[in-house]
Amino acid sequence: MAMLAVLQGWDWQFDGWIMVVGVLCATSTALLGNFLVLRRMSMLGDAVSHAVLPGLVAAFLISHSRSSLAMFVGAVIVGVLTAMFTEWIRRFGRVEESAAMGVVFTSLFALGLVMIVQADHVDLDADCVLYGAIDLTPMFTVNIGAYEVPQAAVVLSVVTLINAAFVLVCYKELKISSFDPSLAHSQGVRPAWMHYALMVLVAVTTVACFESVGNILVVAMLVVPPSAAFLLTHRLGLMIVLSVVIGAAGAILGHVGAFAIPRAFGMPSTSTAGMMSVALGGLFVLALLFAPQQGLVSRSIRRFVLSQQILRDDIVAYLYRAGERHGEAIAKRSDLITELFSSAVPMSLALRRLVRQDCIRDCGQQIELTKQGEKLGKALVRSHRLWESYLVEQAELDRSKIHDKAEQWEHFTGQALRDRLVDQTSSTGLDPHGTVIPAEPKSDDDGPPDAS
Amino acid sequence: MIWSDLWDVLLLRDYNTRVVLLGVALLGAASGLVGSFTLLRKRSLMGDALAHASLPGLVIAFMIAVAAGGDGKSMPLLLAGATMGGLAGVACILFLQRFTKLKQDATLGIVLSVFFGLGVVLLGITQKMDAGHSAGLETYIFGKTASMRRADGIMIAITALISILVTGVLFKELKLLCFDADFAGSRGLRVWLLDTILMVLVVMVTMVGLQAVGLVLMVAMLVIPAAAARFWTESIFRLALVSASIGLVGSVLGATASAVMADLPSGAMIVLACALLFAVSMFFGTQRGVLPRLWRRRQLNAKIARQHLLRGIYELSEAEFQDANPGHWVSLIDLLQKRSWNSKQLRRQIETAELVELVRYKTDQVALTSAGYAEAARLTRQHRLWELYLVHYADVATARVDRDADDIEHVLEHDVVEKLERLLDHDPIRIAVPSSPHAMEST
Repeated sequence: MAMLAVLQGWDWQFDGWIMVVGVLCATSTALLGNFLVLRRMSMLGDAVSHAVLPGLVAAFLISHSRSSLAMFVGAVIVGVLTAMFTEWIRRFGRVEESAAMGVVFTSLFALGLVMIVQADHVDLDADCVLYGAIDLTPMFTVNIGAYEVPQAAVVLSVVTLINAAFVLVCYKELKISSFDPSLAHSQGVRPAWMHYALMVLVAVTTVACFESVGNILVVAMLVVPPSAAFLLTHRLGLMIVLSVVIGAAGAILGHVGAFAIPRAFGMPSTSTAGMMSVALGGLFVLALLFAPQQGLVSRSIRRFVLSQQILRDDIVAYLYRAGERHGEAIAKRSDLITELFSSAVPMSLALRRLVRQDCIRDCGQQIELTKQGEKLGKALVRSHRLWESYLVEQAELDRSKIHDKAEQWEHFTGQALRDRLVDQTSSTGLDPHGTVIPAEPKSDDDGPPDAS
Repeated sequence: MIWSDLWDVLLLRDYNTRVVLLGVALLGAASGLVGSFTLLRKRSLMGDALAHASLPGLVIAFMIAVAAGGDGKSMPLLLAGATMGGLAGVACILFLQRFTKLKQDATLGIVLSVFFGLGVVLLGITQKMDAGHSAGLETYIFGKTASMRRADGIMIAITALISILVTGVLFKELKLLCFDADFAGSRGLRVWLLDTILMVLVVMVTMVGLQAVGLVLMVAMLVIPAAAARFWTESIFRLALVSASIGLVGSVLGATASAVMADLPSGAMIVLACALLFAVSMFFGTQRGVLPRLWRRRQLNAKIARQHLLRGIYELSEAEFQDANPGHWVSLIDLLQKRSWNSKQLRRQIETAELVELVRYKTDQVALTSAGYAEAARLTRQHRLWELYLVHYADVATARVDRDADDIEHVLEHDVVEKLERLLDHDPIRIAVPSSPHAMEST
């Protein structure tokens, strides 16, 4: 119910169009943004959207009007010039790409500022360029058939279609020239043409979008969804699809958020464009944390699971060695913690799991190895000592250096590998330190016990 | 009059102009200095990202001040807020670069746009709040140009001093960081600490500069002087000096222009002046400028062509007369067939070589002078020594060595030739030319 109260004053006719425009912006930019991110040119949108200022002013001075078409053409021309100047300075001046970009767009922007002052009655709204006017887009409509459609929605639909067509038709060429320009060249694709085609489309899209969402949100939409998608997948096709979905979701969430969140605190709604980039940022953070392969949280969970597995192995091996030395495989919990460089919480987690696996008996402070656990410990210690023998005999390592490696590899050594190690080492039955290598545990259940 | 105005400006007669000129000059120098390191670290657009990232910090500082009952426009507080925002942005960028596979440009774009978006959202809220005297808050970030006050000037001077001191003290470490961060790490330097120090310098300069010239123009001050200076030198020390000087000169030029002509915004003029200096540097810069580089390539090509001519004549006369003494005339037609040159190119080469008296020329025949002979013998000797080396030591087939030696003969230094002599047991004193190891095609 609170949710509904917050959404009071929501008008599907009006707010629906805002979301449509936002989604169209997000789609058209995300399509191209993937390739910018892959080509390490993410800042191009930023550069183009700043640099178009002189184009806008010149169009105004020449046409003496604020007609959208003249402005659009002027801005696109300067946008393309920005990309070309950057490329020239990079190639002929051998300046690093981002520096070249910085030189070009700031100079053009400064030129635009000077031109504005010279033409003293230029009526350009700096706020509109910076923050966009997406909240106003439903007010400027054109009639298509019987429907009244916001102009921005029409323009952006066309741009989205063009971009989608470009990406579909030139998918292979774009892919190959983004990842390996030399290979592209050798296959008869012209990487330079792809580059310029992409630049022109980025300029057109940026100009078309920044009127509605402002130049900073253009950067957000170009860069953030593809970057999030980049963290989620390794496949280009999927990355493009994901980036479009993320971009659209960010646009919708952004508008709803701008509408609802401040109201929840009793304040009037805030900038939609700003909230859209915040929403995109939020989605990016989610991807950053929870991406299945590369997410920070997923990565640390995997690392924790692995460390638990290793700790369990270490406990069992420690108990087995204690049994070898003193006849009974028993150790104190506190000794285990200090000897295995662990701490209380991970240790009790590992012990609980081992009890469930029936490898140990937990008698309060004393930990005791079971039959099942002894078999596991035997296999681990056997792997360890076999590796030590192998390292001394075959890799000719010094005896002081073999322990650490054997300690690492014992966890990943199954019976098949142990048998091969036996073949490769002299079968004295003793490891390089002179201790007995335990015999292979008789397996009533198959497979290496540590692969559980 | 413009001229008297110019005079006034240049002599720093007016107090305001004095403050502005000194201020922008120091700012230009400081950002040029810091920018030269960020350029080499390939982080030119870092200033852009963190300048945008400072907006939410600024607005939050304002909100806190208003909530605490102040009017929120206290400069040190806003500056502190903006700096915190910028630092948070830098931290996010460095974090993303370290823990994800995203590249620098993407991390900059993400932080820039998301932070700025957040700032805009907060700004939208404050503007609609009751206590909102927040109007003009954002002009802080986009600069108000040419109204620098004494306090701003002092702030800039302090920042400039700090950046000079820090870069001076840490010069060696920063140099290592810029050229080979991995190596720096292996030498026990804390790369992340140095990076952070560098970024803090960038934040400082940017925050102070935002006030004076505005956001985009501050980005320009960090990028353009350094990029321009790169054309003039290959030494990092000189790069820092030249970059600071270009920043200084550009700022003074721009500020002067805007002071003299009433309706030119000073920030934009400073950037345009720097852009002009950049264009000049790009074409005429002595080390990497486009024109000097073209010139050097032409010189090299001319030298190579002349050496080809001399060796061509030498080998022809050697083939015809068994020894290649000066004064043997060889025919142009034979010479023309030795290489892939057309008769026009060949004639031009002969003419220029005749000017410096290396060859003599009469109708369709050409001969070496004794100077030309000495040079040609030296070249042929180098060529053949290299061929012999390839045959004996690199096991290259005899039929293929001519082409390889052709490339290398022009750049063989004296000490390399000496090494070859030692390796091949050739007597260095006489101009003894070993006979060619492969059959001469022209015979």
